Amino acid sequence: MNKTLSVQAIKNGTVIDHIPAGQGVKILRLLDLYSNKTRVFVGLNLEGKKQQKDLIKMEDTYLSDAEIQQIAIFAKDATINYIKNFEVDGKSKVDVPTSIKEIFSCPNSNCITRSESVVSEFKVHQVGKSIALQCKYCEKSFDHEDLESKL
Amino acid sequence: MSLKQKDLVSIADLSTDEISLILDTAEKIKQDPASVSSVLSGKIMASCFFEPSTRTRLSFEAAMQRCGGSVIGFSEARNTSSAKGETLSDSIKVISPYVDAIVLRHPKEGSARLAAEYSQKAIINAGDGSNRHPTQTLLDLFTIRECQDKLDSLHVALIGDLKYGRTCHSLVEALARFGARLYFVSPESLAMPQTICDKLKLAGAKFSFHRDLSEIVDRVDILYMTRIQKERFGGGEVQGDLSGCMLNAEKLKNAKPSMRVMHPLPRVDEISTDVDKTDHAYYFQQAENGLYVRQAILKLLLGA
Ligand SMILES: [Zn+2]
Repeated sequence: MNKTLSVQAIKNGTVIDHIPAGQGVKILRLLDLYSNKTRVFVGLNLEGKKQQKDLIKMEDTYLSDAEIQQIAIFAKDATINYIKNFEVDGKSKVDVPTSIKEIFSCPNSNCITRSESVVSEFKVHQVGKSIALQCKYCEKSFDHEDLESKL
Repeated sequence: MSLKQKDLVSIADLSTDEISLILDTAEKIKQDPASVSSVLSGKIMASCFFEPSTRTRLSFEAAMQRCGGSVIGFSEARNTSSAKGETLSDSIKVISPYVDAIVLRHPKEGSARLAAEYSQKAIINAGDGSNRHPTQTLLDLFTIRECQDKLDSLHVALIGDLKYGRTCHSLVEALARFGARLYFVSPESLAMPQTICDKLKLAGAKFSFHRDLSEIVDRVDILYMTRIQKERFGGGEVQGDLSGCMLNAEKLKNAKPSMRVMHPLPRVDEISTDVDKTDHAYYFQQAENGLYVRQAILKLLLGA
């Protein structure tokens, strides 16, 4: 049996696979999967092809394009599997967006966006293997580790 | 090409041609100040200084008045509506219909970008926290071009607080566009930040790090000195390192005759006064040039 599916099979829904170990919990928080009524199965620190990975399975839940873009910030190599009747019915890679609005607040405490009600916006740069987000307003750059979700 | 009603928030927003247009316009104004003495008559500039910066404010206000325009404004937010809790976006919405351009100085980074989104009139960033101060960068570029007769492929050293000095960050990014070879002289604790170095690498710029300006004084065209704010350090451990960032006339003896020393002023003790009498000193001309460059910016942004 495929290792990916060793957590718990779902009948219909979505599997986010190949999340770097440690980022799965952040994605759960980002997608607010703690509080809504979705049945969620989580695998942490599973054995991956190259390194340890996290895995999230959501029953009867499908992601919007915006949500997939947010996942890409934390796990740019993640794959999204669509499950239908216990079978993989389609796969897609996540795409790192060129900019991301509204989701994160700027970590710079002296940034104007921290004291005015304004839609946050970051330009996303891929520097080698890592992703840097640059605030459109204060122009400071951050690692995804620095970012806290606004939601 | 026109800069009419454009905002000036960050030097990175300007194309190289737009930078050249501003510098050429400033050069014409410097040669013949009378030619623009009434070019902005009937126009009003708001000078909105949410934190004090007397020198920058005077330079902008003089520039507007020397073009025949008039000025309204305030300095320090203590007595204004922002002290009563008004947001910057509301202040800008109220002020922008009154005037033709707003010069904004604000303690928070990103304030000018935000203001530009809410203003129907041109916003000129006169410093947003530790982020940008594009008119300083433009007057620096103007001064470098003036004293070296070119901007391309120069050897430029920046000395002092390269970590917190926003002047240096914008200037090196701009110089990289003109193919400059850069030398960074600072104590290790005040070195040029990695994020800026990454950008310079991406732009293909060559640069190196040094502890003492004597290592590079014989090969540069410009020594750009900056003030080290000693209050940034709790202890005295950096003090010993600072001698390599101090300049006196003796240290200039191996410099090229055409080499010029610049400084955004005010200086404290990083340039001793015996340098003032040498042919290398150019910081007072640099300060004067701020007037012509700001006149040029106002003229172009207001479409005159
Ligand atoms: Zn910011």
